[in-house]
Amino acid sequence: MSIKIYVPRDSAALAAGAEEVAAAITAEAAKRGIAIELVRNGSRGLFWLEPMVEVQTGAGRIAYGPVEVEDVVGLFDAGFQVGGMHVLQLGLTEEIAYLKRQERLTFARMGVTDPLSLADYQAHEGYAGLRRALGLPATEIVQQVLDAGLRGRGGAAFPAGIKWKTVAGLKATQKYVVCNADEGDSGTYSDRMTMEGDPFMLIEGMTIAAVATGATQGYVYIRSEYPHAVATMREAIQVAEAGGFLGDNILGSGHGFHLHVRKAAGAYVCGEETAMLESIEGKRGIVRAKPPIPAIQGLFGKPSVINNVITFASVPIILSRGATFYKDYGVGRSRGALPIQLAGNIRFGGLVEKAFGVTLRELMYDYGGGSASGRPIKAVQVGGPLGAYVPESQWDTPLDYEAYAAVGAVVGHGGIVVHDDTADMASLARYAMEFCTIESCGKCTPCRIGSTRGVEVIDRIASGPGEQRPQQIKLLRDLCDTMVHGSLCAMGGMTPFPVLSALDHYPQDFGMTVPDRKAA
Amino acid sequence: MNEVASQAVERVIASTRQMPGALMPMLHGIQDALGYIPSEAVPPIAEALNLSRAEVHGVVTYYHYFRSEPPGRHVVQICRAESCKAMGSDALWSHACSKLGSDGHGVTKDGAFTVEPVYCLGLCAQSPAMTLDDKVHARVGIEKFDRLLAQSGGAA
Ligand SMILES: Cc1cc2nc3c(=O)[nH]c(=O)nc-3n(C[C@H](O)[C@H](O)[C@H](O)COP(=O)(O)O)c2cc1C
Ligand code: SF4
Ligand code: FES
Repeated sequence: MSIKIYVPRDSAALAAGAEEVAAAITAEAAKRGIAIELVRNGSRGLFWLEPMVEVQTGAGRIAYGPVEVEDVVGLFDAGFQVGGMHVLQLGLTEEIAYLKRQERLTFARMGVTDPLSLADYQAHEGYAGLRRALGLPATEIVQQVLDAGLRGRGGAAFPAGIKWKTVAGLKATQKYVVCNADEGDSGTYSDRMTMEGDPFMLIEGMTIAAVATGATQGYVYIRSEYPHAVATMREAIQVAEAGGFLGDNILGSGHGFHLHVRKAAGAYVCGEETAMLESIEGKRGIVRAKPPIPAIQGLFGKPSVINNVITFASVPIILSRGATFYKDYGVGRSRGALPIQLAGNIRFGGLVEKAFGVTLRELMYDYGGGSASGRPIKAVQVGGPLGAYVPESQWDTPLDYEAYAAVGAVVGHGGIVVHDDTADMASLARYAMEFCTIESCGKCTPCRIGSTRGVEVIDRIASGPGEQRPQQIKLLRDLCDTMVHGSLCAMGGMTPFPVLSALDHYPQDFGMTVPDRKAA
Repeated sequence: MNEVASQAVERVIASTRQMPGALMPMLHGIQDALGYIPSEAVPPIAEALNLSRAEVHGVVTYYHYFRSEPPGRHVVQICRAESCKAMGSDALWSHACSKLGSDGHGVTKDGAFTVEPVYCLGLCAQSPAMTLDDKVHARVGIEKFDRLLAQSGGAA
């Protein structure tokens, strides 16, 4: 019997040299006459260990990492193909503390299976949710999603079931299910991992949404920065069609659902759902005014369910295990678990799926192992480029949508970007404004012009005469106020979050000895 | 646009024009085939989709990803977003620009390189990240950058 060896195909593993390692393992095995079956799995999300190679043994899968091409001969010499001892050996994969202490609900299969094998997927609970859904009345599927308390994972945290209910209740000649896979936030990669590492999970979630709402066409809008995700999704859709999981008659149920991939083109604002719709329709990605809400008049003017990748990907387990199972994880009104992404200046960067309620301090130290540089951590940006910088005094706040809102921060898509004490918060604030000028869709003045003024004011604060600083800071605050209240979407409306949080918590970086509001 | 290129444009138009919201797939198809979207491709696209040339041009220029000029022989994209900044990507950016003689936008004078910013490659746990000729690379310090460049056969 041949030996099963796993080398991830996730682009984070490829970026660390997984392709070369896979080739070296194949060549070395052939040279030694060892029969192997090489599986290109997704990544477990322990990125400092990539490329992380696993071998199947009688006791379970044993991991080695990070493996470089130069290590391969030595690994064979050590008998790694039967679990042999080697300096890179990490023991049983499932026993690695980082992984073992997680609550992997959505990401349970991540890195375990071959992303494009339907057999593998179904052997690990795949399509159990859809099969269950097909036996339920549509209203009951929606009820399960409502009862699970699933809120949108793309940023706004709106209850998914309410959108679904709206679409389900409308009569229309055509309805759509649209997945927002634009994942533009720095520090986030869980959508990418899902599409590359467990694409059928997303397809299953979208199919359940289609069955629940009566939609027959679906689109996945994927950012152009993710070519591997685009390719894997396209392939997975073909495999699912061939297997009868997509098409005119899903699993003989009489329901039809057709899924298409649409590639974005590098505009951050196209992650905003209405700009995304414009883009799919073939226009410039300019934000639409609401109402009408997309649930009522969405893609091509028809009722549309729009959700983030992780929102859809959370649905199969809710259907297969039941709403109560899912809802029992979490705190307050933040139910279930969130695939959190540790990024930036962090020693053990990677994916940590935990129930809501975990704190930043636990994430950064117990999982992340502190900063990569070994220097003290100074600031953490949670929730992408529109999220606040969270100072140490708030690192014990439970990760919970409401608790974060109460301190002026956002959970967003669960990206956590760590900065050490060399970070200059004024320059990061300037960057936030600059990013807004680059990415603004241009529809409203506070966002388009305000952000340009913001860059100029911060430059004056940084390099202008000290006595003018209080006045310039007041100007910056006024500007932020105008952007918050006068912008049509969260691009202009939330860019002030990182700026003001930097100003409030790190006044010294703006040349102020005391917080300006006290000074003024 | 030479004969080969205009045939490629025609082929892409024919294979995408029936799609709902065909413009984006059409532009991607053309850029995939030619490396950029020549201005001469705009009129046939507009005609096929019953749009004005201005509308098509407006879409091409709106999106950062679409090029109106051919790129250099090698394309370097360096992530300039927060997570990579936290790991020193600003220094990497300056190094790349000065080493390759780029202003961080168009093609270098010798036509060898396009260096451009990108805002997140989803490799933020291994920052700084970059791409070189469509291959992704993580944890790119200045030394690694120079090595990758040498391997690519570009200037080193
Ligand atoms: C500027 C901007 C960028 C956004 N980017 C994304 C994104 O990349 N992915 C995403 O899912 N949602 C993004 N959103 C949120 C979407 O507008 C929308 O709320 C979301 O796709 C709905 O799905 P959900 O309810 O499942 O979260 C963005 C919003 C704004 C204002
Ligand atoms: S806030 Fe900015 S991105 Fe949003 S609609 Fe207005 S101009 Fe466009
Ligand atoms: S911020 Fe650079 S890869 Fe995400």
